Amino acid sequence: MLGQIIYALPFLAEGFAVTLWVSLLVVVLSLIAGVVLGVGLVYGPAPVRWAVRIFSDTIRGIPILVLIFFVYYGLPAVGIHLQSFWAAVLALTLFKTAQVVEYLRGAVGSIPKGQSEAAMAIGLTFRQRLAYVIFPQAFRRFLPPWINGVTDAVKGSALVSLLGITDLMQAINQVIGRTYEAMPLYILGALVYFAVNYALSLASRRLEQRFAFIRE
Amino acid sequence: MSDASNPALLDVRDVSKAFGTVEVLRAVSLEVKRGEVVTIIGPSGSGKTTLLRCVNFLESYDSGSIRIDGKEVGYRDAGTRQRRSERDLAAMRAETGMVFQSFNLFPHLTAAGNIMLGLRKVRGKSEAEARQIAEHWLGRVGLAHKADSLPAELSGGQQQRVGIARAVAMEPKILLLDEITSALDPELVGEVLAVVRSLAEDGMTMLMVTHEMAFARDASSRIVFMADGGVSAVGPPAEILAAEASNERLRSFLARFRASHF
Amino acid sequence: MGYTLNFNLIWRHFDKLWGGLLLSLELAVISIAIGIVIGLVLAVWYVSAGRVVRSIIAAYVEFIRNVPLILLVYLVFYGLPTVVDIAYSAPTSFVATLSLYSGAYLVEVFRSGLEAVPRGQLDAGKAIGLTPWQRLIHVRLPTMLRITLPALSNTFLSLFKDTSVASVISVPELTYGAQWINFNTFRIVEVYLVTTAMYLLTGYVLLFALRLVERRFRAAR
Repeated sequence: MLGQIIYALPFLAEGFAVTLWVSLLVVVLSLIAGVVLGVGLVYGPAPVRWAVRIFSDTIRGIPILVLIFFVYYGLPAVGIHLQSFWAAVLALTLFKTAQVVEYLRGAVGSIPKGQSEAAMAIGLTFRQRLAYVIFPQAFRRFLPPWINGVTDAVKGSALVSLLGITDLMQAINQVIGRTYEAMPLYILGALVYFAVNYALSLASRRLEQRFAFIRE
Repeated sequence: MSDASNPALLDVRDVSKAFGTVEVLRAVSLEVKRGEVVTIIGPSGSGKTTLLRCVNFLESYDSGSIRIDGKEVGYRDAGTRQRRSERDLAAMRAETGMVFQSFNLFPHLTAAGNIMLGLRKVRGKSEAEARQIAEHWLGRVGLAHKADSLPAELSGGQQQRVGIARAVAMEPKILLLDEITSALDPELVGEVLAVVRSLAEDGMTMLMVTHEMAFARDASSRIVFMADGGVSAVGPPAEILAAEASNERLRSFLARFRASHF
Repeated sequence: MGYTLNFNLIWRHFDKLWGGLLLSLELAVISIAIGIVIGLVLAVWYVSAGRVVRSIIAAYVEFIRNVPLILLVYLVFYGLPTVVDIAYSAPTSFVATLSLYSGAYLVEVFRSGLEAVPRGQLDAGKAIGLTPWQRLIHVRLPTMLRITLPALSNTFLSLFKDTSVASVISVPELTYGAQWINFNTFRIVEVYLVTTAMYLLTGYVLLFALRLVERRFRAAR
């Protein structure tokens, strides 16, 4: 049994690399998109705020799997042909973007109104208030939950296995198909995901403590 | 009243404001001359904090005029309701200083940093100059040794003193104090009031909302009593706080106050 | 675009979606019921136990929270029967998995809820002579449940969405129904529009209902 698993390790490692790559892409793309949309939600004109609200609530109101299937099967039907890999990344990115928007809204919204008032009182303009008072605080409130949320991207990436992409989850399934050693392989896979995500959540908790001063 | 030798620095005339259907300010008029310390007292809901916040336009007002050194705050002119541009508003607010009940120190900046922000970004001072001014004012409020501490490391009284330093370092024409000791533990109130007292003695013009009657009596040039959105009585401390005040509203307010405080 | 919307085929097979939705709800309800029991028992045990027990419970919680649900589903359904003499249907297996899953999240919810019970209430309980067990049942749990109601609602709504993962082991819930229609009619856009709408609407209805329950609870002091 052990021999077969060791033999399969390189293959599993490749799958793990795909998992990490997908997760990284999703995290980076969703951060950019999410910050842009989030700023629009907080400071934009009414139509923009409504659009972002609707987008965010819709995405967060459906299961990730439904979103993935919708994008993966739906895009070709309307004439957009992406490789499976990019369709999967797109779907997961949409999902994470909605989350990032929420983190941002929460971060900015949790800053007491008195901060803006104090900044106004010393004569700072809107842009100055954003740059020197709001953003530094929002950033520190945003970071811990966001890092914690990266675990959702990693866990969500396991669903791309259903689209035939050979990530860690799919690699495990395939090796089980060959060796029939289901339990050891599932446990091994679980430990790998656990290691990655637990490290992230520890980092998030540590950051939260370091930034506790920002909440007075 | 205002005269040629000492025109009013702050001139509030017939200012009214409503929140929806609730009238919060009814044709309030008030004057503060240079160097005066004017204290507003009154029951909660009387509009005193709202009035204070109108002076640096943290609240808008529906009608009337508020002028600092002759310039209308907030609107292009007393007549129009056209708000000033963002830039103008910021410039006007730089001429007033405000100290808040809940301190509102910037938590990500040190005590010195809090003071230096306005000096550098609004007054355009260099880092070195700003630091010097900040240290001077921190020394003035007795916190020179805490210049590099974060607000989270300071007690309430210390935070409020930094708040005062932050406002005063900008060299405002008038200092607005919004119940600055109401959120403090009783034993910390004294240190803050002492700072305000010494600033007043140095000639700082102040408009203050407070519940600290003893302080109001000792430090004010004039006391304004507000009730139900209007000015009910104005006068020197001795007159206002005397037991035989002829104003019914004022008398019951003071009586209730004495019963629970003195 | 070259794709014309045609919902007829969807309506013809709507029973797959409707039946799937009901099954999803059923799975969610059963799982959270069991999950609440697991969460409560472990939370109470956690706050009153020593370091060893706490570490074990924490390990369980951290494990579940950091591993993808789909892997847990596979592990329980395909993996366990190879080492333990168990045979169960896909729905049963899924409910077992989702219960363990929700239990882990609920331990956290209940633990912080228990710790949020005001000290004064416990002191009052002691003062009138209640035993620790009585204090638990009559003082701490009722207050804790009221405190944690919003978090419980959110967990249930999440769980409802997580039932979609059951489709990977062919449990005929809503997402499985959508995929069935997808593969058999090729009406992809239509089926997923309808499915999305069904998840969203159900979510709103549940949210609304749960808010009502929360309000009722708060009023009944």
